Amino acid sequence: MTEGTMTIVELPKQRRLLRLPYAWRNPLAIIGAVIVGLWLLIALLAPWLVPFNPVAQGSDRLLPPNAVNWFGTDALGRDVFSRVISGSQTSIPVAIVLVVVSLVFGSVLGALAGFLGKAVDEVIMRITDVVLAFPSIILAMVIAAALGPSLINAVVALLLVSWPQYTRIMRSLVISLRGSEFVIAGRLLGGGVFSSLRRDILPNVAAPMLVMAAVDFGSAILLLSGLSFLGLGAVPPAPEWGSMVSDGMSNFSAWWIAAFPGLSIFTIVVGINFMGDAMRDALDPRSSPRSRAMDEED
Amino acid sequence: MPQAPVGDAAVATPRRSHPLLRYISIRFLISILLVWGVTVVTFVVTNLVPTDPVSAVLGEQAANNPEIVAALRAEMGLDQPLLTQYWLYLTRLVHFDLGMSAQTRGPVAADLARAFPATLELALFVLFFSVLLGVGLGMLAALRHQSWLDKTIRVLSLFGISMPVFWIAMLAYYVLFYQLHWLPGSGRLDSALIPPPTVTGMYTVDSLIAGRFDLFTNAVSHLILPALVLTLFTIGTLIRFSRSAILDVSQQDYVQAARAKGLPNRIINFRYILRGASLPILTMSGLTFGSLLSGAVLTESVFSWNGLGQYAYKAAISLDLQAIMGVGLLIGVVYIFTNFAVDLLCGLIDPRVRVQ
Amino acid sequence: MTDFDAASATTPGASATRASTAQTDAGVTIRNLTLELHGRRLLDNVNLDIAGGTITGLAGESGSGKTLSGMTMLGLQPKGSEVSGEILYAGVNLLEQTEDQMNRYRGTEISVIFQDPTASMHPMISIGEQLTDHLRYHLKLSKKQALARAIELLGMVKVPDPHLAVTKYPHQFSGGQLQRIAIAGAIACDLKILIADEPTTALDVTVQAGIMHLLRDLCDTLGLTILLITHDLGVMSGLADSIAVMRNGRVIEVGSRFEIIRNPREDYTRSLIESLPNRQARA
Repeated sequence: MTEGTMTIVELPKQRRLLRLPYAWRNPLAIIGAVIVGLWLLIALLAPWLVPFNPVAQGSDRLLPPNAVNWFGTDALGRDVFSRVISGSQTSIPVAIVLVVVSLVFGSVLGALAGFLGKAVDEVIMRITDVVLAFPSIILAMVIAAALGPSLINAVVALLLVSWPQYTRIMRSLVISLRGSEFVIAGRLLGGGVFSSLRRDILPNVAAPMLVMAAVDFGSAILLLSGLSFLGLGAVPPAPEWGSMVSDGMSNFSAWWIAAFPGLSIFTIVVGINFMGDAMRDALDPRSSPRSRAMDEED
Repeated sequence: MPQAPVGDAAVATPRRSHPLLRYISIRFLISILLVWGVTVVTFVVTNLVPTDPVSAVLGEQAANNPEIVAALRAEMGLDQPLLTQYWLYLTRLVHFDLGMSAQTRGPVAADLARAFPATLELALFVLFFSVLLGVGLGMLAALRHQSWLDKTIRVLSLFGISMPVFWIAMLAYYVLFYQLHWLPGSGRLDSALIPPPTVTGMYTVDSLIAGRFDLFTNAVSHLILPALVLTLFTIGTLIRFSRSAILDVSQQDYVQAARAKGLPNRIINFRYILRGASLPILTMSGLTFGSLLSGAVLTESVFSWNGLGQYAYKAAISLDLQAIMGVGLLIGVVYIFTNFAVDLLCGLIDPRVRVQ
Repeated sequence: MTDFDAASATTPGASATRASTAQTDAGVTIRNLTLELHGRRLLDNVNLDIAGGTITGLAGESGSGKTLSGMTMLGLQPKGSEVSGEILYAGVNLLEQTEDQMNRYRGTEISVIFQDPTASMHPMISIGEQLTDHLRYHLKLSKKQALARAIELLGMVKVPDPHLAVTKYPHQFSGGQLQRIAIAGAIACDLKILIADEPTTALDVTVQAGIMHLLRDLCDTLGLTILLITHDLGVMSGLADSIAVMRNGRVIEVGSRFEIIRNPREDYTRSLIESLPNRQARA
């Protein structure tokens, strides 16, 4: 046996390792990381980066981009550039919270369903199925509308709609791991369900779930801005990218009002997706040309 | 990997029709069960909403009259226990009575009959093109794995899924309508024209049925912009997904075995590889259709397309309970039966599925 | 596992002598075959004479290059490989053929059967269609003619009820039957060279004997040349007329069945034989 084949054969139970070094080989991943990093920085430093007060109305209305107002001004004389920058403080942290909470909640449910099986599994999966069968945007709209337009309510609405995807994937991962020798051995050695979950299952599911969460971060931003666009999320005058785009609808000739917030959403989501793709490729041992060559040696 | 059973005995199989029929019936029953589940969810959600359904239906003056209010409450069954209300709800459903909409002041069922075909028309149009282009491009990328074409397609599709749909809609609206005036910007038909007599509710189909070619071209011209936007929105996911599915299949042993038989690429690509990936691609197309129906909300609002999305939005912000329940139910049912149709097709294509 | 004693079980085919350098019409001569992939040399100056009408065994562990050699014969080596040397068949160097030219050999004169017959068949296409599609492509047969031929072939490999079998799907058959069906597909168009890559490894022990009998029969009745690639020297000793042993991409020993099993020269060969009761697990 040549040394090369060893690594592939020895990885059966832990094939989900995230081999990060391979991820960075992808130039898109680096670009993505830079973009996301920049936006995170902007979100952190927003109050210090804005040249003008984002909610301060002014008399210079609907000015196209110029030397003073880099992104122009909107119908109420507010500097679009400042609004875009502070919009990051609205969208980004909220999206992160959304992803983290639905990840944790959904995963725990999925793990319990997969691990405990039978009745618990059935109940959890039926609830998941029904929530998934319901059109998520409609459900989110209804809940957000019912609770009243506010950012927090939008997040709650989206939470209630986003957890099932994690539950499904987590459950199938747990089920496939449940029969593994090391998991069975762990349970025989004692310790309850939770310690087994923590010790044996968690390290092996962390990678794919994290990749899913990373990609979901992008969807979260899109959904949040979508709800705000409809008027169900952030309340004016708070600067939120989605509602800024919807503002732009009423002043069509002033294209800059809608263009720049939309561009912001686009760039950060692209960055996230570049990274997410690279991470996903790094997870999958088959996609690397090296491992396939090793299979060819016989 | 399946284990070879001991000995060479032939595996006895029942006749082909039986497993398929049984499979279809089981999926159908599960669909019915899920529909029931959806009715429960719609019922529960809208009853959690802290508004008074009565005041939404009555005008201000009537709402101040306690007798009228009481009569309406009795008629709507609002003084009954929740379970009874649910039972009443179910019985009305069977008669296609979805209640009265607070904002349109008409039966919800009629509203839906008007709004649904508009979205359906759009969704079908988009589904056709995005599946064709999406699977086609994805297949092209997969078969030319790691080439420049592959990389370009991948990056472009990544861009596609990163764009907020309302932004694409506005860009399209701005460029193609506002600036260039190439295409109409709103509505399903020019405001001066009268829609064709209703058969399906879809203007394109109905105008063809009525023989009105002028209406047909007009309806199509109105369809193009929102369809373009939605296609751009959905095609990204389809490209990525089918690329990945086809890539997986092309690494399967049976593809190598087919090559070893000396079959030309044409046969291998379509008969072996594409067929092998057909199940996940079909499933994905079904999901795409479902998301088109509900996700059209944002696009419809930009283009003033009077479809389900617009209706749902207006219902949501005015907290029109009956209408919301109606929309939720309708979309849920369509989702479920789309899945059923996909399951059916999968059962027809893949003989192994029927055995489950 | 069954320890096939050379003298029993199978009827002796063409007498095995030390492989001659003269190539017969149906034989294949591999000369100085070298293959490099991603900078690694996977095949190093492989020389092999596969005498026509016999069963030549190619033995070795995983990673020895035996499967790679077989695949390269048909031009199925991995993309990006750099190959040099000669593979001579019927007066032609197969390595110099274009893809189109190679396609005319594949599935007709030179065929492969793989280790896992279940994975080598498309799960959604009926057996009849999978048996006949290359027939129809290569021989331009009509659907009816091809189906008749398929039924005939299934009879030759002793699959019960061929008329019914052609309508069934792979998942309805056992591993052993699928391997027979694969063999049927391979011999369909006037086969001369059969490359059998671990044909019995994935099968039950009781089924293995049947396949081995079948291969021997076909070799004798159809005059096939078979390249039997396997790590299982037990199977090899019962079936192969001559054996070549590979290690790390090189052929280290060549000889007749008797010579290799009874009187191996190389230490490595000896250790392979001594390890016969232990089957090396393959994924």
